[in-house]
Amino acid sequence: MASVLINVPAKAKRGEIITIKTLISHVMESGFRRSQLGVAIPRDIITSFVCNYNGEEIFQATLYPAIAANPFVAFDTIATESGTIAFTWRGDNGFSATDSANIIVV
Amino acid sequence: MSVARHRAWLIVSTVLLGLGAAAAVSVRAEMPLAQRHSGYADLSPDSKKMQDDDAANPGMLWVLDGQALWNAKTGAANRACAECHNDSRASMKGVAARYPAFDTKLGRPVNLEERINLCRAERQQATPFAYESKELLALSAFVGKQSRGEPIAPLADERLKPFLEAGREQFSRNQGQLNLSCSQCHDDNWGKRLAGNIIPQAHPTGYPLYRLEWQALGSLQRRLRNCLIGMRAEPYDYGAPEYVSLELYLMWRARGLPIETPAVRP
Amino acid sequence: MTDKTIKTLASRRDVLASAGSLVGGGLIGGFGLLSTPVAQAQVQVQVQVQAQMQSQMRSQVQSQVQSTQADLNLAIRRIVGEATVKPGKVKLDVPPLSENGNSVSMSVSVDSPMTPADHVKAIHVLTDKNPQPYVIGVKIGPRAGRATISTRMRLSDTQNVIAIAEMSDGSFWSATETVIVTLGACLEDLS
Repeated sequence: MASVLINVPAKAKRGEIITIKTLISHVMESGFRRSQLGVAIPRDIITSFVCNYNGEEIFQATLYPAIAANPFVAFDTIATESGTIAFTWRGDNGFSATDSANIIVV
Repeated sequence: MSVARHRAWLIVSTVLLGLGAAAAVSVRAEMPLAQRHSGYADLSPDSKKMQDDDAANPGMLWVLDGQALWNAKTGAANRACAECHNDSRASMKGVAARYPAFDTKLGRPVNLEERINLCRAERQQATPFAYESKELLALSAFVGKQSRGEPIAPLADERLKPFLEAGREQFSRNQGQLNLSCSQCHDDNWGKRLAGNIIPQAHPTGYPLYRLEWQALGSLQRRLRNCLIGMRAEPYDYGAPEYVSLELYLMWRARGLPIETPAVRP
Repeated sequence: MTDKTIKTLASRRDVLASAGSLVGGGLIGGFGLLSTPVAQAQVQVQVQVQAQMQSQMRSQVQSQVQSTQADLNLAIRRIVGEATVKPGKVKLDVPPLSENGNSVSMSVSVDSPMTPADHVKAIHVLTDKNPQPYVIGVKIGPRAGRATISTRMRLSDTQNVIAIAEMSDGSFWSATETVIVTLGACLEDLS
């Protein structure tokens, strides 16, 4: 599986807005490049990124070739309750990656 | 032409050739220590933020992989780096800051990548990683990061002297189709712009680093090859001793500046 | 059937000379992006002429394909349908000058209370000169607390970046910024 780095605060106050940062290693081949022989290099990108908080979808992104390699996506969410924040990436050629982090909400 | 005239011409032409040769290797005075700064200072605010934030720095993906490799048993000896070196935060602190270092057995300096491969071959009985391979980059990024913040401190080893001088000569030598020396850009014209980028002073403070141009992490050797290609000079093969002596000189030239591995550069 | 503008080669001096005027053109283009068709056409001519002058020979491995204003308009229509997109409420944070088009940091934040009654439903980011116009499309809701997203995008050339926010009441708001994309000097591959 691709290397993933997620940054979720370990602890937060109920109702506090937290920032979640995610990084995943992926070449994000745009499909617009050509090799030295002029042959088009086929597209190979991550196309979707979904975040679930205790099973409920809180963030969904559709990524296009214009997203830089090793995609970095950061967003905000309200710390509602303790539990698991899960991340799923899907892309071309059956690419799939998942990760999760636990958060304690006081 | 008379014999006397011919001899005179020979003497004059030899002198001119000699002068020409000397001019091609003009050794400049060292940059004043106080004037030096890392390429970090030349970055845009966004790139600085990218480097400073471990959650946003793409180089950290390789450091993460490197940590896994550090802890993984490997080779015929079925031994992990961690078994001999224990906690990398303690054992590897300051290591990247004092490489390249002299290897007594080989009788020459080796850089960090070579050192890692030597350990793999000798202590783990594992196949050395290829230069610029994902694994070697990950391990050298992981080891390098343990020296983050440490000042570059090349060892005062007498045996390194001839290699340091070789590196200095390489840095000052005019080469390639453009007849440029490293020194002309990085000593004489740092701070000015070349195409879209600011010319840095060329201190290897953050290697291996994430270069936006590569969209990947790469080693100092890869960057030096880029420089040579940019100068329209023939790049040495990966692993060539020329890179090690040049790295030795660059690290000596950057002494005192803190390590930033894994850095971000355009 | 869309027609693509093929980049022409230009001398370095042309590039440097027009770089300054391109900023002005780009800014004008940015303001007039979603206004009357006449203004749009005028801006398009100005921007395209300058784009042609400004084309530096990028590494051959990159495509010479470039989308047009029409592609962008079509992409925006697909997102907003028949609704009008109003400038405002959206803050698009991009560097005015990027060090490398391969990775340009970008942040979008939308002024909204993010309550169930009044919140941002989606944020879309597009460009007007990349080979295809979409950058990212994000779906959020009141659980976000703040309508803010950050990512890094690729820009093939100096161009406009457009961020569109879709609100829960069906209205669309936008912001446009111009980013100058420069070329690196010591490239790895000269072919």
